[in-house]
Amino acid sequence: MNSILFLILAAIAVGCGINVVLQTHPISSALSLVGVMGALAVFYLQLGGEFIAAAQLIVYAGAVMVLFVFVIMLLGAGKERKTKPRIWVRWAGPPLLIFFVGAVAYVLETGLPPSAPVRFGGFDGGTVEAIGARLFTEYLLPFEVTSLLILIAIAGAIVLARKEID
Amino acid sequence: MNFYLLSLIKTAIVVAVLMHTLAYLQWIERKVIAHVQLRVGPRRVGPHGLLQPLADVIKLITKEGMLPSHVSTIFYLLAPFIAVTFALISIAVIPFGPVIEVGGVRTGMELTDLDIGVLFILAISGLGVYGVALAGWSSNNKYSLLGGLRSSAQMISYELPMALAIAAPLLIFNTLNFREIVAKQGFYYAKFIPNWGIFHSPFPQILAFLVFLIAAFAETNRVPFDLPEAENELVAGFHTEYSSMKFAAFFMAEYANMVTVSCVATLLFLGGWQPPFPAEYGSKYIPSLVHAAAGLLCFYHAANPARPLDRITLPVFGVLSLGIAGLFLIPAVQPILLPLFWFGAKTGAILFLFIWVRATLPRFRYDQLMRFAWLFLFPLGMLNLLATSLAVALTAK
Amino acid sequence: MPALPFPAETPLTWYLVLSAILFALGVAGFLFRRNIITVFISIELMLNAVNLSFVSFSYKLKQNDGHIFSFFVMVVAAAEAAVGLAIILTVFKNRQTLEIDEVSSLKD
Repeated sequence: MNSILFLILAAIAVGCGINVVLQTHPISSALSLVGVMGALAVFYLQLGGEFIAAAQLIVYAGAVMVLFVFVIMLLGAGKERKTKPRIWVRWAGPPLLIFFVGAVAYVLETGLPPSAPVRFGGFDGGTVEAIGARLFTEYLLPFEVTSLLILIAIAGAIVLARKEID
Repeated sequence: MNFYLLSLIKTAIVVAVLMHTLAYLQWIERKVIAHVQLRVGPRRVGPHGLLQPLADVIKLITKEGMLPSHVSTIFYLLAPFIAVTFALISIAVIPFGPVIEVGGVRTGMELTDLDIGVLFILAISGLGVYGVALAGWSSNNKYSLLGGLRSSAQMISYELPMALAIAAPLLIFNTLNFREIVAKQGFYYAKFIPNWGIFHSPFPQILAFLVFLIAAFAETNRVPFDLPEAENELVAGFHTEYSSMKFAAFFMAEYANMVTVSCVATLLFLGGWQPPFPAEYGSKYIPSLVHAAAGLLCFYHAANPARPLDRITLPVFGVLSLGIAGLFLIPAVQPILLPLFWFGAKTGAILFLFIWVRATLPRFRYDQLMRFAWLFLFPLGMLNLLATSLAVALTAK
Repeated sequence: MPALPFPAETPLTWYLVLSAILFALGVAGFLFRRNIITVFISIELMLNAVNLSFVSFSYKLKQNDGHIFSFFVMVVAAAEAAVGLAIILTVFKNRQTLEIDEVSSLKD
């Protein structure tokens, strides 16, 4: 049951990922990326990370990608001009990609010590309470630093994107 | 009982009730706005216009569904689908009542009981922006694009005060599970003041409730924040190019969002399905009294009717109301019906507030709307969060 | 249930292979696409793949450090997206184009 769900979602994620790379119009790429993020949120739920799944949907799919979609709509970006890559790129690219992924898979299968298969509910440390406790005690400094980072990013984005008052 | 069978039955019940509620919410809205404006509203289709939603559905279904040639087809068709899907999904985590036992089967009155229920609602309302943005953009029409961009910018701007207004009572309740939140509001101070979110020690969340309601008005694109879909401003905003069922989908999404937001406000701030005073002071008889009063009112108006047909229809409604009043007195179904009544009454009060405000207030201009969100509501939400956290920290053991 | 050609419970390596596939797709998009926004979206795809890796290893080691790192990655990606899109807006205002080949020199 878990495997079937994983395979269906993995097919969705990889399909949307290929769509991100192959589509000419940026908005199709952006919406395919939202599809990938949705599939990843369900993977996080399977791996016991309920807070991360919710954060993925709230922050990434619900805010960052909306920002992307906004900018694409505002700029009125059109389809990309189709250019064919050079011959050796077209013939060597996909096989190299498949080889890379195959090599990674092989290393993982043989190198990692065998561990228990992933079961829904096998890890219960991903609840909001557990992550909140660690985030505010051990990881307090990175937390505060990232809040400062967001503040600087807000200031930077406003300065860059504001209209010049003539 | 088998978990899947039970879930299917619950899903069927919730979907049936939700669809009827959405249809008749539009009837209630038209009647209330009409009476506020000293007119009558729909009254021809069925007694008191009660079949008007059916007539609207038939009209919308049988209307010609156009696919204009200048639109981007796939996004044009995807947008209402996204809007309505995400609007209807968020009902799945809302509990309507306590754990009940029906015929030997013990179950809670909700579709799922998520430990991160509040985060789920926030996530789905954040994803609902895509429906509006895509609708505006795919229509290839400057009015739709402007309406879509304004509406989505408004929705994401008001998500922030809404999240802050939700975070403050969460500091007090210490859990994200809706059922536990309602359970923590079951206590009564001094034996009769309910421990709802807006009265809760250490810091009553009245300000958070107001900020949440205002942000909810903006999230659901209702007056006074409905500039993106106002007819006299932007033709019809982002749904200009839509007709028949796709148009109906956007309206269903708007009403479903209203219902969801009212349910969340009820659960977080108004105590969910808890009665306002304990059962030993007679809160079990309030639903029967209310329905009996409604029945007697129907009979009184049937005696001197305003319209000739009322001589027939009003007594029927009176008998129905008295029947429901009697139903609330049966002790066997009281554990199911009483919490549903209180939940429905509180949610209905907030929905009535939505409709009342629509009949009363003018709408904001777009820059006033954004300024209100960023310069007033957001700092107010932050202040409320700070005050709540200070109160919780000072009174923590 | 009929016998499936794959195990009924997913081994952890499947998640890591999926993460590698998504990362490779992100790299391919980053290298071969010519629209600035699509390049940026490929970067976000790479970050998502890395997040999946973090959460998978966090499951394996039964600690939630991976979740916390993943959370920080999300936060940093959000900040980066905000500033990056502001830069893209400015570039579009000045050069009126969104192709990376045409904005390859500082001088107009």
